Order: sequence, then C-alpha cells, then structure tokens
Amino acid sequence: MKISNENSLPEKFEEFGEKRRQGFLTVKEFKDRGENVVGTFCTYTPKEVIYAANAYPISLCSVSEETIPAAEKHLPKNLCPLVKASYGFALTDKCPYMYFADMVVGETTCDGKKKMYELLGKIKDTHVMELPQTQDGDKAIDLWKNEIKRLIKKLEDKFNVEVTEERLKESIKSCNEDRRLLKEFHELGKIKPSIISGFEIFTVLNGSNYTFDREKMRKNVRELIEDLKKKQTENNTKYTKATPRILVTGCPIGGVAEKVIKSIEDSGAVVVALENCQGYKELHEEVDETIDPIEAIAKKYLNIPCSVMTPNNGRKELLKDMVDEYKVDGVVDVVLQACHTYSIESYTVKRFLTKERDIPYIALETDYSTGDTGQLKTRIEAFIEML
Amino acid sequence: MIYQVGIDIGSTAAKVAVIKDTDILETFVLPTGWSSIDTAKSIKKRLNSIGIEESNSKIVATGYGRVSVPFADKTITEITCHAVGAKHFIGDNTTVIDIGGQDTKVISLEGGVVKDFTMNDKCSAGTGKFIEVMSNSLGVDIDTLILLARKGGGVEITSMCTVFAESEVISLIGRGEKRENIAFGVVDSVIKKVNSLCSKHGDSETYFLTGGLSRNLYILEELSKAIGKKVVTHELGRYAGAIGAAILAKKIKK
Repeated sequence: MKISNENSLPEKFEEFGEKRRQGFLTVKEFKDRGENVVGTFCTYTPKEVIYAANAYPISLCSVSEETIPAAEKHLPKNLCPLVKASYGFALTDKCPYMYFADMVVGETTCDGKKKMYELLGKIKDTHVMELPQTQDGDKAIDLWKNEIKRLIKKLEDKFNVEVTEERLKESIKSCNEDRRLLKEFHELGKIKPSIISGFEIFTVLNGSNYTFDREKMRKNVRELIEDLKKKQTENNTKYTKATPRILVTGCPIGGVAEKVIKSIEDSGAVVVALENCQGYKELHEEVDETIDPIEAIAKKYLNIPCSVMTPNNGRKELLKDMVDEYKVDGVVDVVLQACHTYSIESYTVKRFLTKERDIPYIALETDYSTGDTGQLKTRIEAFIEML
Repeated sequence: MIYQVGIDIGSTAAKVAVIKDTDILETFVLPTGWSSIDTAKSIKKRLNSIGIEESNSKIVATGYGRVSVPFADKTITEITCHAVGAKHFIGDNTTVIDIGGQDTKVISLEGGVVKDFTMNDKCSAGTGKFIEVMSNSLGVDIDTLILLARKGGGVEITSMCTVFAESEVISLIGRGEKRENIAFGVVDSVIKKVNSLCSKHGDSETYFLTGGLSRNLYILEELSKAIGKKVVTHELGRYAGAIGAAILAKKIKK
C-alpha cells in the first residue's frame, strides 16, 4: 500500500551545491509519489525481501570524507572511514538517500558497523539483523532464516503490506535477472585483451546500487554489453595482450575507487575483475528459484564470502576461480583503515595467492583522505613494474 | 657515445649516477631543498657541465620527486630502481633495506626480480626523518648522533610517532639523561621498526642496506644484530636507486 506523505527538505537545503540539491529533489519526487525507501549498508541485506514489501532498497555506504569530522564528534578517530562517513551523512542530513529513507536495515557484520547502528538508531528507524558469524552448521542457517522472517515482519508493520510467498518468488526472479545481467557484464572482464577499463566496470556496478528505475538500469547495461561485444569483434581496444591484468579484492572500494582503480590503470595495467562487495562477490551466486523462498534467500546471502565470517574459506575458493578465469597477473587487496577482519585476512590471502597460486599480491591500506595518494601511487606503480 | 643517467630525487637528497653499460662514470648528490623542480634544474646544469646533454644520454628519474624531472625519458619507481641497483652490487637474491628520508622500504629480490616489497605506513617512524628530527632536538648532526649512540645504552624511546617521540626526547633531556643514551634510544627505535618491516618478509641469507644511513657502520652492526643475519652495503650504497635507474635507462629506445 502506498502512503502519500509530505516530505520536507533538510533545513540546510539552500546551502547545498547544485548537484546535491538535484539529488535531494529526485529522491523527494520519488518519495512524494508515495514510494517507500529502505536504506541498506551491506551485501548481506536480502534485497528480495525489501522489494517484496513494496519498498526500494538503496545503498547508504558513504564514499566521501566530507562528513567524517562531524561523525568524529561521536565516533572514535581510529575507525573505518566507511562507518564514520555513513554515520556522518546521517548526522548532517547531507545524503538524500539517508535523509529520505523510511528506515534502515543493518546487520551485525563488523564491530564498527554494529556498534555504529546503536547510535544511528537514535536518528533513524534502524532494524539490525543478527548475521551469524559463521556459515557452517545448521544453527547458522536457522538463525539467519529467523532473522529474515523477523525482517519481513518489521517491513510488513512499517509499510502496512503483506509479504506473501508469491511476492517473494516474484522479487527473487526479478533480482536474479539483475544479477545475471550484471554478472554477464562483469564477466566481459574475462576477455583478453580487455575491452573495458576496471573503472568503467566499477562505475556501472556501483551505479546499479543507486537507482530506483530498474528497467532503465537493465536497458543501459544490456546496451553496454552489446556495444562491448561489438568492440570485441572489431578488435577495438586500447589494451594489448601484454597489458597487466589486475583483480581487486578486499573492503568496499566506493570511497577509494579513484585512488586505487584509477591509479592502477594510470600505471599501465587494467583492472579486469572486482571481487569486492559491489563487485562479483554478490553476483556469482543466484537465489534458488526452485525451493522455499525464505530458505533460498537465507542460503544465498549467508554464503557471501566476507571477512566477517569465520572461517571464510569461500573467499579463497572464489579468488582461486577468478584468478584463472580472468587470466589475472596480480591481485590488489584493499584494506580500509581500521578494518580488522580484512586486515587480518590479508595474511591468509597473501600466502594462498603467492605460495599456492604463484600470483603476485599487494595489500594497500588506505582511507577516504587524499593525503596518501602519492605514497599509494608509488606502491601501485612499483607493484605493476614487478609483474 | 650514449650515457645512461639515473636521477633519484628523494625527500631529503637527490642522487645522480652516470654510467656507460655497467661502468659507473660519475655520482653526485645534492640536497633536495624545498622544490624538486629547482633541484632537477641544478642537476641538469651539473650534467651539462660534464658534457651530458639530452641528445647524448638516456635518462630515468626515480624517487618521490621523479615526476619533477621534465628532461627524463622515463620514470620508474624507487622500488624497482633500488632492487636493480642492489642486484648490480650483490647479485640476484637478497633483501634490500632502504632507509630513506620519508619512506623505509624492504624489497625481496629473487632470481633478479622483485618478488615482494613493504613500505612503512604513513608515519615517519623508522625513517631517516625520525633520526633527523631527533638530531635537531639533541643539537647535533645525524653523523654525530650515530657516533654518540655507540657510546650510549639503556634508554628506550617508546613512542612510534615522531612528534610524540620528540616530546619524549625533550623530557629525557629535561631529566638530565646523558646525550649518548638518548642517541642510543633514537637509533634503537629506528632499528626495531626496520626489523619489524623485515620480519614480514621471508628469510633471506643476505641483506643489503641502501640510503644515506648505509655509510654508518654502527647502523649496519645494529641492524645485523636485530635481524640475526649479516647486513652489508657498498660504498655507493647511497646511490643504489640512481644506479638502478641508470642501468634501467639502457632499455629506453631513443
């Protein structure tokens, strides 16, 4: 059921720049039509459930350092920039998605996020799902299934709708269609020599998280795939067989894409695969359409190989396959400052890639500031030179 | 006659090497000062004065100021250049330790190629800058500080951050601690940090020290003690990056 309501703009609206004002007006218009918006932070959020509740999931992971000083009024300095920036945007009313979101769904993923949600809950209606810390055993999947049911109940109450099995099945189908399409797009990275830059791959995948018009998104991606296939048959590419091919793994890279992906590509290499959460990690497995929908959703999402899981053998498996399929020459692991789980896991990933697969590896620790751009560039260039 | 020129503009010193094939014909060093562009100009003048022009040479620039050398034919990172320079002196398999002005790097060289490298994180702990700042606090130059350190002992500087460590040094001075002992603590802190970077790399039979501090025997001895393996250098160790750059210049087609 759609509830039309008055949606006011933030107090400081007039002080915002043109682009930000436009962003607010777009989301306001969408909200004024009576649509419901649910803010999400993580790949573990089962978006099928949100669609089935007649709402739109939208990613709230912030990628700019702009609001970090505001966040540091409440949060410690030595904390993940993504967690700080996201909270900062909620505090300052500077993100249209956060501002207009009817509610927010978070999960007990990393310590930084789960404790930040306690504070966020004082500003926004925040529903936190208890994500198991392990993927193994019946207890984990049972807990996760119950958490999905609890989310359904919350959404039903919030938006006054009924999430029926039928609706869940429909939304599973439709999300799988998106997944297949984006997966097909990402897999164009397997072509050697490359026909697309990693920065473009990132832009398209990232953009698909920030759109309400899914039909338009699908149409754009389909056209892009056709164009790229044409480029392939015409051999129309600036890359050669000798261009070093890089896989990027690790933390979410939205806030450091310029610093990392651009620098890699400016140094003469090409990023052919993104294993991060906005990348292949979520796309490679679909939700099973043949079994009970809640069971199917629970299985798919619990299986996502993020470093918050212990053990996280799925990441090794995925990296092993991707390194071969994408004919990767080197792996760059992005660790956001103070991300303990990815930082610790970098030791295991390094050993696995360099000792067992003979693939050069580098871990880069960075944050959302520009202060380390030069040092990062030297590390990246040196890494490309050694390939 | 084609000369190969390597220009290594670090944060503190700019090192230049001129070679022909593998013969080192000339090396010189200039302070980087506040502008690497001006430093590059001075280097050009000096090169011209010994008959080296863009027309009779191939030039590779490296170091943090590598982008400020407009007359260079190519830029290559200091990681690769230090590795090639070290390989020239010591052979295909070694671990290179470069204690630079603002970065400290550890580079594993296997079969003549870079297999892995680690650089210190954002802060200046374990770099030449750390020693420089502490020398200023003690009112001596770097070489004197290292001479004093050999005679001292018993003091540990616990702060990793240069700014905090400086306060620590100042309070030690205030307490009347002997200068030798403070100097010992300063050098010891750098050695420990460098050793911790080295420990992230696999075992290596030999370690090769480059950078301005490689001239100091005491640094070599203390590093050897900490790592538990012999750390060696070469009288031109300071020029390893520039020499590596000059060797790599050979490949440039001109």
